Amino acid sequence: MAKLNMVKALNLALLQEMERDEDIVVIGEDVGVDGGVFRVTEDLHRKFGSKRVIDSPLAEAGIIGASVGMALYGLKPVCEIQFSGFAFQCFHQIENHAARYRLRSQGRFHCQMVIRMPYGGGVRALEHHTESEEQFYAHIPGLTIVVPSGPRNARALLVSAIRDPDPVVFFEAKALYHAAKEDVPDEIEALPLRQAQIVREGTDLTLVAYGAMVRVAREAADVLAGEDGAQCEVIDLLTISPLDRQTVVASVQKTGRAVIVHEAPRSFGPGAEIAASIVEGAFLSLEAPIRRVTAWDVSFVGFARERTHIPDAGRVVAAVRETLAY
Amino acid sequence: MPRKTLEPRFSVEFLSVLDADGNLDTTLEPDIAPERLQELYRAMLLGRRLDERMVRLQRQGRIGTFAPIKGQEASQMGSVFALRPTDWMVPSFRETAAMVWRGWPIEKLLLFFSGYVEGGQPAPDQHDLPVTIPVATQLPHAVGLAYAAQYRGDDVVVMAFFGDGATSEGDFHEALNFAGVWHVPVVFVCQNNQWAISVPLKKQTHSRTLAQKALAYGLPGIQVDGNDVLAVYAASREAVARARGGDGPTLIECVTYRLAMHTTADDPTKYRSEEEVREWERKDPLTRFAEHLKKRNLLPEGLEAEVDAEITAAVQRFEAVGPADPLSVFGHVYAELPAHLAAQRDDLAAWLQAARDPGQAEPEPPSPPMRGQRRTTRWQS
Ligand SMILES: Cc1ncc(C[n+]2csc(CCOP(=O)(O)OP(=O)(O)O)c2C)c(N)n1
Repeated sequence: MAKLNMVKALNLALLQEMERDEDIVVIGEDVGVDGGVFRVTEDLHRKFGSKRVIDSPLAEAGIIGASVGMALYGLKPVCEIQFSGFAFQCFHQIENHAARYRLRSQGRFHCQMVIRMPYGGGVRALEHHTESEEQFYAHIPGLTIVVPSGPRNARALLVSAIRDPDPVVFFEAKALYHAAKEDVPDEIEALPLRQAQIVREGTDLTLVAYGAMVRVAREAADVLAGEDGAQCEVIDLLTISPLDRQTVVASVQKTGRAVIVHEAPRSFGPGAEIAASIVEGAFLSLEAPIRRVTAWDVSFVGFARERTHIPDAGRVVAAVRETLAY
Repeated sequence: MPRKTLEPRFSVEFLSVLDADGNLDTTLEPDIAPERLQELYRAMLLGRRLDERMVRLQRQGRIGTFAPIKGQEASQMGSVFALRPTDWMVPSFRETAAMVWRGWPIEKLLLFFSGYVEGGQPAPDQHDLPVTIPVATQLPHAVGLAYAAQYRGDDVVVMAFFGDGATSEGDFHEALNFAGVWHVPVVFVCQNNQWAISVPLKKQTHSRTLAQKALAYGLPGIQVDGNDVLAVYAASREAVARARGGDGPTLIECVTYRLAMHTTADDPTKYRSEEEVREWERKDPLTRFAEHLKKRNLLPEGLEAEVDAEITAAVQRFEAVGPADPLSVFGHVYAELPAHLAAQRDDLAAWLQAARDPGQAEPEPPSPPMRGQRRTTRWQS
């Protein structure tokens, strides 16, 4: 057991999985000698050589496209897109190909690959280094979209993502990379994909969040418990697509109220899908309209305005109070 | 601080073996056994006859839109003929003849072009990717396959196909660049058929040749007479041998011509002249090769009837396939069916069941009026 931050925890997952399975290769810009700009692939190059830890040319479509080819041949590429803001250069490879080969070839081929990308704000970064774009990928059938919320689950989810037979887009919140350390067991640990976790039990309202917003939701729940005596149940989705509707719906059946928190822009975002699932599955239990606390529908705000763009506990608390008072 | 001219030394070779009348340059002739020459001719003829049949089937509404290969038989067959079955082929959407040669049953291709996803499934031991529709995006896949083959130490060459228009896409450049840097066993075959739908080559690129684009990435590039199957074969064999020998990728530009429409949904008379087409018809790769075989007494009799019979039998098998099962669309989205898709499948199954059971079936709503069509009844009640 070691206390690790998210970067080190992810690095451990890669290291142990690569030791276990020779078919795993790591590819991306600066992932080799440099260990990735966030150091997630640190030292892998030294341990596994440049044939397995590939410093690729600066070309996102090339990285994902070539990885699709490798996956079709039976390798298991773990690709790093340096920042999710640059994944639009390979969005077509993800949507047109990685997500579709299983269907297109009627099961003859599939793309076992992980596409890791740092996403989200809160780290005072430039345009294209701040945005939360998971909603684009969540719309694509055939993909699994995973967003860990801390070091231990990040490690355990990355292990499962690497072993999953279908392509997984793995979003890592930059704000969480160095945010906190957690005990991470030495032996390999895997968490099931597509399964949400209840990270705080409650009876009065359901807070649904993922990634960096989980700690915001928990902070809000603590405030509400202390100041209002309201017990919020907090759900950490971990996978946003396919969505674990059951856990969310069962919770709202119990609490009767829901607030959804995400960092992506509101319109057509994951919150809409979650809200629709609640209405479909728990309509008669609802005591109040479902509220969404999200970033605004603005493509980039600059870091001087991030604090009012990304949801914080204060906004969540206010939305919960309104919902409870309805 | 000089200002001087660097002269990267390069030139682009052009290769031609058979002239338009089927005369041979024996010094350049690749040595191929007579029976193999006949196989090659048969495959080209099959490609041509299948194409003609498919246009008719499409016109009769029996299959959907597809891209004819007429005029490109030599480029396709000369190149793919240099592969072993264990090598990989990465097609675009216009490689029908090459795909049949690689073992795709004709009826499967007909199914594919009739909108059955099942037509995209290669046989379990077949080393071919299915058709790719977005232009040039398959080229990085070929590079990745070649990387993986090299990683595993397999004796495998990958051959990828694309058109002249594809060379404008970023994926083409990324693929060639990766292939050069990684030095992987891949052969890029560009069928420069002069047109990308209605856009002529001169509006596609200001390059003197497409082959020269390879040089920027540190690979050999060669231009060949794409209507001369022996030239295409000679260049491909060399490129495949280079790849297999560990000497890296090659770009081959086959200078050819699409004699028919871009797809069956296209009308080429809108953008190109009849004289241009007639000029290229004189360079028809099929008649040229036939002339050559005739001179060598290698042209078999009755081959057309035999090829047509094969196609007819395949069309019959294709037409015997029943209607597509609507529920099968959920089968290959993920390795395991997720709950939300299972629920959607059940919804569709229930709907279909109700529609089959006339007692419960809803009346079908009238289709909304088409543009230009008079609205006669309102959709209500
Ligand atoms: C990325 C992409 N953009 C546009 C299209 C529409 N489209 C289909 S074929 C084609 C022209 C392709 O020309 P070329 O690469 O020369 O190949 P050819 O059709 O001549 O074989 C276009 C524009 C497409 N399929 N994919």
